[in-house]
Amino acid sequence: MTASLTPEAGTVPAIEIRGLHKHYGRHEVLKGIDFHVDSGQVVCVIGPSGSGKSTLLRCVNRLEEPSAGEILIEGLDICDRKVDLDEVRSRIGMVFQQFNLFPHLSVLKNLTLAQRNVRGRGKDEAVQIARQNLEKVGLSEKESAYPAHLSGGQQQRVAIARALSMNPDMMLFDEPTSALDPELVGDVLGVMQELAQEGMTMMVVTHEMGFAREVGDKLVFMDGGVVVEEGRPVDVLSNPQHERTQSFLSKVL
Amino acid sequence: MTRRERALLVQVLLYAVLAAAVVVLALVADWAVIKENFWSSDGIGWADGNWGDLITTGMVNTIKYTAIAFAGGLALGLVLALMRLSPVAPYRWMATAYIEFFRGLPALVVMMFMGFGLPIAFQWTPPGGTVGAGLIGLILVAGAYMAETLRAGIQAVPKGQTEAARSLGMRPGATTVKVVLPQAFRIVIPPLTNEFVLLIKDTALLFLLGAAASERELTSVARDFLTSGPSAGTATSLIQAALLYLIITLPLTQLVAWLERRQRKAVR
Repeated sequence: MTASLTPEAGTVPAIEIRGLHKHYGRHEVLKGIDFHVDSGQVVCVIGPSGSGKSTLLRCVNRLEEPSAGEILIEGLDICDRKVDLDEVRSRIGMVFQQFNLFPHLSVLKNLTLAQRNVRGRGKDEAVQIARQNLEKVGLSEKESAYPAHLSGGQQQRVAIARALSMNPDMMLFDEPTSALDPELVGDVLGVMQELAQEGMTMMVVTHEMGFAREVGDKLVFMDGGVVVEEGRPVDVLSNPQHERTQSFLSKVL
Repeated sequence: MTRRERALLVQVLLYAVLAAAVVVLALVADWAVIKENFWSSDGIGWADGNWGDLITTGMVNTIKYTAIAFAGGLALGLVLALMRLSPVAPYRWMATAYIEFFRGLPALVVMMFMGFGLPIAFQWTPPGGTVGAGLIGLILVAGAYMAETLRAGIQAVPKGQTEAARSLGMRPGATTVKVVLPQAFRIVIPPLTNEFVLLIKDTALLFLLGAAASERELTSVARDFLTSGPSAGTATSLIQAALLYLIITLPLTQLVAWLERRQRKAVR
């Protein structure tokens, strides 16, 4: 059934979420979310802490198990038991707030491990792709370094290169600059902006309003487990319609 | 008298008592007799003393048995640790039951069960005779301890590591083998080295099961030299065995201390 649901590329959203609920015990974190990211779009999600924005992002590749609702990746319902979740995940790059590089492996091995293990690429091919992506994030000279010897900003750029080395169809960013010293934020955002310009589909949970305004195609404001407001970043940021959006923006801008 | 003067006086008194005790001991003790009983010149000769058998049979076998018990216990412990962390509940129950059972028993009881209990009950001896049976008993017990050490190590690897690997599409098995276990092993090297030192000492229990002359470990060889051989009738062979044990264990305990210091300094 899944294949017939997928018409020509481009007409189906890269990410589509319908009626998503998530609760931990009796605590409801997501209270019915409808959300989509079109192919090639950059969607930024903002909101106060505890609003459920990270949980929403982590549901997209089912690192969090949804309690109810549908998650469609390129038209494919990934909660369907017949779907190979690992295969779907390999097509969704993910970047974490805490980088999560593998500390026991060199930068190059961080980038080739999943290529070889999941994609089944040979060593030479994997290394070549890894080097291309390291160059893209400006860290070619660090390929034999270990993560502990890199700055936070460098680690996050390596993490982006690691995700890109799988040639993903889309990228998820979970507060990618929140753990960084202020002077290191710019380099990471620069790499992300470059990716966006190349047409990468991106979902970004962030506190960087400047990035959301300049790079985002759509801005989603969440609060209390629901999507309160969404629209063009310029509109939402300069002319918020809801009281909760206004109050949040007045605190962060 | 001020506080400082009183503290000084107490110190002087303490040293005086110590010095008096040493002097009395030195005067009262018959050093020649003590030396002959604990460090007999007949036993400590290189050519004709106890060293030959103690080292080439006893120490070599002790190291060999420890290595076998450690390797077996590590393999068993890894399986148990993974079972304990399994998403399948019955595996968790089985592993927990096993670990609690064998950690609650003296190793000697398990070794005797393998070496004597099974042969009496079923007329069947485990491979390797009594030594083999004793080693299997040691492995069964060591596995239970190492399982808990390994489980703690695996759980000390941050959850983000698993999430990163899974988000790249890696399967659970590959994630465990390529990402989690290499980091877990690094964390448990110091406690596992301690485990190794404990096993060296536990191989002495094999003496109680008995062994052929060439299969004896260090304690058994030393015990035999108490009643036969050049220094029979003295405690010399036990002192020699103690020195040989320390030659193996002291560097290892120092190594553990060094590894722990280094780990504490390492920035994660």
